[in-house]
Amino acid sequence: MSNVSVDATDSSINENQPQDNPRRRFLTIATSVVGAVGVVGAAVPFIGSWQPSEKAKAAGADVQIDISKVEPGQLIRVIWRSKPVWVVRRTPELLASLKNHEDQLKDPNSEVEQQPAFAQNSYRSLKEEYLILVGICTHLGCSPQHLTDGAFAQYAEGVSEGFFCPCHGSKFDMAGRVFESVPAPSNLVVPPYQFVDDNTVIIGSEAEA
Amino acid sequence: MFKNLLDWIEYRIPMMRVANMHAIQYPAPKNMNFWYIFGFLATIVLVNQIVTGIWLTMSFEPSAERAFASVEYIMRDVQYGSILRYMHSTGASFFFIVVYLHMFRGMMYGSYQKPRELLWLFGMFIYLALMAEAFMGYVLPWGQMSYWGAQVIVSLFSAIPVVGPDLVIWIQGDYVISGATLNRFFALHVIALPLVIVILVFLHIVALHEVGSNNPDGVEVKRKKGSLKEEEKTKFEMHEYYTKKYDIIDDVVPFFPHIVLKDLVAFCVFLALFCYVMFFMPEMGGYFLEKPNFEIANPLKTPEHIFPVWYFTPFYAILKAVPDKLGGVIAMFAAIIALAVLPWIDRGKVKSWRYRCGFHKWNLIIFAIVFVFLGYLGGTPQENWKITASQIATIMYFGFFVLLFIYSKNEKTKPVPERITK
Repeated sequence: MSNVSVDATDSSINENQPQDNPRRRFLTIATSVVGAVGVVGAAVPFIGSWQPSEKAKAAGADVQIDISKVEPGQLIRVIWRSKPVWVVRRTPELLASLKNHEDQLKDPNSEVEQQPAFAQNSYRSLKEEYLILVGICTHLGCSPQHLTDGAFAQYAEGVSEGFFCPCHGSKFDMAGRVFESVPAPSNLVVPPYQFVDDNTVIIGSEAEA
Repeated sequence: MFKNLLDWIEYRIPMMRVANMHAIQYPAPKNMNFWYIFGFLATIVLVNQIVTGIWLTMSFEPSAERAFASVEYIMRDVQYGSILRYMHSTGASFFFIVVYLHMFRGMMYGSYQKPRELLWLFGMFIYLALMAEAFMGYVLPWGQMSYWGAQVIVSLFSAIPVVGPDLVIWIQGDYVISGATLNRFFALHVIALPLVIVILVFLHIVALHEVGSNNPDGVEVKRKKGSLKEEEKTKFEMHEYYTKKYDIIDDVVPFFPHIVLKDLVAFCVFLALFCYVMFFMPEMGGYFLEKPNFEIANPLKTPEHIFPVWYFTPFYAILKAVPDKLGGVIAMFAAIIALAVLPWIDRGKVKSWRYRCGFHKWNLIIFAIVFVFLGYLGGTPQENWKITASQIATIMYFGFFVLLFIYSKNEKTKPVPERITK
């Protein structure tokens, strides 16, 4: 089996080819396998180290807010995981007007999963009255402005109130639904949340089913 | 005594051999013109960035709480701190100015064509690493534009299907851009990427010296061994590494002193320009250092307009021109990849635009204008006409490559001279 040659003119010697090939081959494969396993193993701490630390995870915990003092029509901002979360108490007129411009929207029925299952309805909320959204544009992460009292109509005909992103001009209605022909691809994100009682909301987790 | 010392060293490490081969007796075409100074200048700026960067890290604190204040401390309290910081920030912009001119030179004279494809690729990798380096460096002062610029760039990765959102959290090390992000960007900016860039620059130069410098005529100065008569060969003494393998035509000069002196003259002029900007207009009207960055990062308040620094704006305009998130990201990266694969898109055999068809000249000039125009569109506030304009400019940008691919196959070229012209 072994074809070791001592002939100096043999080309395998001239080309620095290894001798005793079956042994060489076994060693090459064995060290390669061990080496590859070692590389994968050694990569774990380096790649894993980039995950959020325990401290960051703790800072990303749920937030409890009191909504008893929010007036109809008012928007309040709270911080959850360092992101702005909007809580808007929508008036009945506003809720009624949401249907009027659905033909201008990209995803009026919230088919793209940008919300927990409980908010996949035309109001995109758990309770119709309260709209709760992550206030970050789904295009490139800017925070849109809340335009009220007809100020939004300059961007969307016939819609008096909505959110306008100053970065690249994306537009959202008062259910956080994105308008057609803007850079943002999808509706604003609805965070997971639950009502503890009528006046208290917890952002960050859903009620157990 | 000195000779003995040199011999003592040379016996142990090939110092003079390498110096002769790469810096002294390197055959450089004698017709290298103004456009051939930018490689040298880029090296100088790289050294400037490394040295000033080391000094800045002595006073900078890479944490979300202290970064902004420590930059103010550098600017106000550290002796000569403001000069060191402006050398670094002005250097970043000048780096891109010289790199863009360096790349345009390569395109004019076909310096990416065979056999210089790998040389061009190394250059493109340097350019990519440089963009990552510049982006992360811009995050460090932790101003508003640092923060929101990082927000925009990092969320580009969220466009990747399936893994995107988790990838973003992994890059950030948090659910948002935070101190953890700042800290790792600092590590990458001061250790990882500079190492990568220095290694790539080394490889770029090694590859250059292996294939030899191109020149404005695109005429090779290294000929097949034995193809030249004795009187056609260069009278200068070139390193045997080159003369052993090739006959070198009498159109070259040794790198030292001829090219070095030319580069030094360019360096003096460059230094005057650099110092003028550094001392009198380091912010360059908000283009080198953007105004919102003089305000500390605030995750709850988006600046009215978000722009990257000027050297990224052409690609930013392409990103914005596509009305689809993933499509925009793909178009942006495709714009860079298209440049990288230029050696394979251009099927022409003639290198310099001097001897290529007139259409090629115009194609390249228009490409350069479109690139600058995209930079303008990407760096100024959004307006309705700009959406259409940037879409047209994006098509024109890619059109350059498509046209080049088509006409370079059977291009009507002028005869290329046998020897370098004046």
